[in-house]
Amino acid sequence: MTKYKVSFPHLGNYYVPLERLFTRGLDVEYVVPPAITKKTLELGSLHSPDYICAPFKFNMGNYIETIEKGADTLVQTGGVCRLRYYGELQSQIIKDLGHDVRFITLSRGALSKPVTLYQSFKEINPAMSVKQIGSTLPVVMTMIESMDKVEDFVRKNSGFQKAPGVLETVQEDFMQRLRRTDSKKDVKKLYKKTTDHLLEIPLDKPKNPIRVGVIGEYYTIMEPFSNHDIEKELAKKGIVVDRWVNLTNTLLRKDWKRKKRVRRYTKYFMGATSMFTVDQGLRFAKQKYDGIIHVKSFGCTPEMDAMPVLQNISRDYKIPILYFTFDSQTSDTGIQTRLEAFYDMIMMRKGGLL
Amino acid sequence: MVIGIPRGFLYYKHETLWKGFFDALGITYLISPKTNQEILDRGNEFAIDEACLSSKVYLGHVHWLIEKCDKVFVPRISSYGMDGEVCTKFPALFDLVTNTFADQEIELIHYNMDFRNADAEAPGFVKLGKLLGKSRTKSLRAYLIAKQGEKTQQILEGNKVREAMEQNGLKILVAGHAYNLHDPYLGTPVFEMLKKLDTIPISAARVHDKEIHRASHQISQNIPWVFNRELVGTIAHYQRKIDGIILITAFPCGPDSLINELVLRRIKNPPVLQLILDGQEGTAGMETRLESFIDIIRFKKEGYYDKI
Repeated sequence: MTKYKVSFPHLGNYYVPLERLFTRGLDVEYVVPPAITKKTLELGSLHSPDYICAPFKFNMGNYIETIEKGADTLVQTGGVCRLRYYGELQSQIIKDLGHDVRFITLSRGALSKPVTLYQSFKEINPAMSVKQIGSTLPVVMTMIESMDKVEDFVRKNSGFQKAPGVLETVQEDFMQRLRRTDSKKDVKKLYKKTTDHLLEIPLDKPKNPIRVGVIGEYYTIMEPFSNHDIEKELAKKGIVVDRWVNLTNTLLRKDWKRKKRVRRYTKYFMGATSMFTVDQGLRFAKQKYDGIIHVKSFGCTPEMDAMPVLQNISRDYKIPILYFTFDSQTSDTGIQTRLEAFYDMIMMRKGGLL
Repeated sequence: MVIGIPRGFLYYKHETLWKGFFDALGITYLISPKTNQEILDRGNEFAIDEACLSSKVYLGHVHWLIEKCDKVFVPRISSYGMDGEVCTKFPALFDLVTNTFADQEIELIHYNMDFRNADAEAPGFVKLGKLLGKSRTKSLRAYLIAKQGEKTQQILEGNKVREAMEQNGLKILVAGHAYNLHDPYLGTPVFEMLKKLDTIPISAARVHDKEIHRASHQISQNIPWVFNRELVGTIAHYQRKIDGIILITAFPCGPDSLINELVLRRIKNPPVLQLILDGQEGTAGMETRLESFIDIIRFKKEGYYDKI
């Protein structure tokens, strides 16, 4: 029997654990979507509604390109905002385009309810075995955790390496090796080796470096192409870039004290990722970071509702916040100008000029 | 004490319920005036630039009320339980208003409706009554009276729509959120224009009917948002009785961006027109589009396209 060729849209480097989940856990073939390029975005925007948020357009582009690459089953996740209805419309659009593929939406599955998750997986491959997925999930989780930790280290130190690009090379090498690991033990061993290697790389870090926190909407913050590599641009200027949002922190761990921490600003849960944004903004402000960058895609309602709260945090703690909205534009110039002005401003503040 | 009620968002859904509740408790309230350019300007000043037009209008209404009353009534509604959920704007609305007007002296009063935390409507109103200094029994009684009023009104609205569907003439279903359709500044001009074009515009945005909820499954099985489910349900339910559908949405409404596209793709007959309101002055562009849309429907009905 030929195996299903399954694909899931890109989100940063997470295609590596996803590939593991699908190939080993669900016993299907996984088609890694081609890397996101301008063409992907153009294809996606062409077939999407006009004022939908940008992640929809990126996903759409990924789908069309993977179908060309031979995928016959497309998977879309569920979410707590517009995301949960993405699948329904995307499957309709792909059908209208004349592609004959299976489209599976996991919007009913929730991590807190394993049964729903099982049902969704069963839809992808009816012949899957519980034993297989049970043995693969812990490996996938360890992979996600270790790659998030490595990414976090690189993000914080990339701006201070003596020879630029060394940390990134080690990280890429780590990602390549991670694809070939076999068990949880392997992943841990590889992680240990990589961290040892990373710590050996000579750094030229001042005692009190400039620190900038990045907060914002789930997709835009995690997919470097959609935020114009804003983290790398910042790191190049010799800045510690801190970002809390990743799959480990948002999906695998629960934080029950968040509501209490943000009580001063919000009485109720404001929907989707806005609580992460407010909580992390507040943390950066309290820890006296030099600035915060807020990224979101155009029209993201939960993040928009968090913005007045951020404005109040900015005023109360005297911390500058730069707001970025991304859509399907592809020019970097405007973004770089704004980033440079922001950088100059925090430098002057640090030097006591302002 | 005077309570200010902003004439925006869910006011158009729960007008009877809110007014009835305050009336039964003998509390004076002040409703902000009908939306006009001045109110929209106030909203534009305080809202995030890319926020949806309806939320800008709402903030304008809140700002108008600030100095004219003691407390502003901003309920937080997170979901309607079994009926479905709402756009994330509504659960965030209370905190959004608090934070937007943090510099100004504004006191809010609200009730919370969140079925995940077992906060249903009735207990919410009892708590609201407590904040107003009324006893539990009194507020519960007031809520029940007001709720009865709301239910009666919904039935009347349903009857009105059913009657309108039986009329002779060109019937156009205007579908959209109640707070856009019935807003005098946003949606009403469309209705007036349609009447001028000698058609019968019908809106079912204020009807709450189980039958309509079920009908929505014919178009899409799992719409999470209750208002959009009603919108799609009315389209599915009355599809065969009407001659045209106009989808009205405020730029850039989140749920509508997906649902309208789906409706446009799945409904081929009768013809569908999507109108996006963006708060610009002048109605000439809209008039032209409506006229040509109605012309196309008329030509189609008279068999004009078959002749050529």
